[in-house]
Amino acid sequence: MPQVTWKLADGRTIVADVANGLNMMEAAVANNVPNVVGECGGCLSCATCHVYVDEAWVGKTGAANEIEDGMLEATPAPRRSNSRLSCQITASAELDGLVLIVPAE
Amino acid sequence: MTDGIVIIGGGQAAQALIAKLRQLGYAGPLTLVAEEPVIPYQRPPLSKKYLTGEMTLDRLYLRPQSWYAEQRVDLRIATRAVSIDRAAKHISLSTGESLAYDKLALTTGSLPRLLPEAIGGTLHGVYAMRTLDDANRMSSELMPGRRALVIGGGYIGLEGAAVCASKGLQVTVIELADRILQRVAAPETSTYFRTLHRSHGVDIKEHTGLKRLIGEDGRLARAELTDGSMLDVDFAIVGIGIVPDDRLAREAGLTIDNGIAVDPQCRSSDPDIYAAGDCASFPHEGTRIRLESVGNAIDQGETAAANMLGQSVDYRAKPWFWSDQYDVKLQIAGLNRGYDSTVVRPGKRDGSQSVWYYSGDRLIAVDAMNDAAAYAAGKRIIEGGKTLPRGAAADPAVNLKDYM
Repeated sequence: MPQVTWKLADGRTIVADVANGLNMMEAAVANNVPNVVGECGGCLSCATCHVYVDEAWVGKTGAANEIEDGMLEATPAPRRSNSRLSCQITASAELDGLVLIVPAE
Repeated sequence: MTDGIVIIGGGQAAQALIAKLRQLGYAGPLTLVAEEPVIPYQRPPLSKKYLTGEMTLDRLYLRPQSWYAEQRVDLRIATRAVSIDRAAKHISLSTGESLAYDKLALTTGSLPRLLPEAIGGTLHGVYAMRTLDDANRMSSELMPGRRALVIGGGYIGLEGAAVCASKGLQVTVIELADRILQRVAAPETSTYFRTLHRSHGVDIKEHTGLKRLIGEDGRLARAELTDGSMLDVDFAIVGIGIVPDDRLAREAGLTIDNGIAVDPQCRSSDPDIYAAGDCASFPHEGTRIRLESVGNAIDQGETAAANMLGQSVDYRAKPWFWSDQYDVKLQIAGLNRGYDSTVVRPGKRDGSQSVWYYSGDRLIAVDAMNDAAAYAAGKRIIEGGKTLPRGAAADPAVNLKDYM
């Protein structure tokens, strides 16, 4: 059960233990992380769960596939090299300590 | 506020409203009255991955049960609101209780259109596709080789057809209009999905309606179609649209106009009663519209919450929709009503394509089939108040990002 930290735009952080197999959108929603919405429920249709992966973790969370790559152009906050849709990152032991940065919008 | 806020209807709009109220610091009493015997859940997967069995019930819930206690929500599921007494500001419940409110939100959603009993609409084996209960009851029908009749070639019906065909059933879709998706999409999009379904063995009969369903011992057995033919069927899915659930509001004397009429701040004709989601019609670009979508339910729910707390926020719709059928993801940005021309843009991958809708020179909507990049570009261009020249839309070599 990895521990995940969300860094919010207002400086707050939210830390939670996330069950293996849950994706990071579901985890954020269950822990009331603002601005991670997940309108489509995690089926890669909406881009409302956009986060920036802390640079130290980019290697472990992997890269976006083609659909996610396209969807990352539809996010309200600017796309960066570490942009991901959090529904596409699944909790596992090797992500223990993961840090995700939540955009302001 | 002493009596607090009461919300009637437990869907996406209610969920968003509750979350936003607490996020904005509202600390008073908060009650959710929901008729179904389950905590709020996502409806879209009911005709997609929940029906196929790929998605489990616990993932369907919008929030875990514990969330409601954490948010200090008095959660009354399996409870129906019977009436609203606007003068006394209380509602009567099916349990016999009465609840007082300072502010009330109606997030009652919509009801599926059903077939009349006179043509067999109430036979066993005839299913609507709206609730968790509908999906659970239908799931036992989804055995390979069984014969499914889908009545209505809209998105819900086609999603149901895709699930059935993927599970090895024999599927027939009948659509009264000249083409499937006629009400919601251009001919190019209809053609794309007709071809897709036929390639999966689905028999699509357009310009063909239902005359009646015929039962044996109360159970659906055959369907008589308007072309005179008779089909042996094991069960039927009715996907002929939904209507706003404005029953309570209507009986309470609120203004009704294609659903509960609200102002730009989600307020009904009674200043203490708000409405959001499928059940509400709202002013949009000089006319009044109603949207049936998750995105609208969430955004309106949040707008209603802010205004219930004394803010003054106007709702601005950013319509978007999606549908999953087989391995095709359809994403729609904007509203295509009133379009006068379309442009088809081939995608980069085999089978990917987008259809761009124009009103004059103005881009108003995009249907993107397995083309997330086209959807993303279309959404940004439309929401940014920009447009895309037709020639650029038609040319797959043009980089859409240059117009975003």
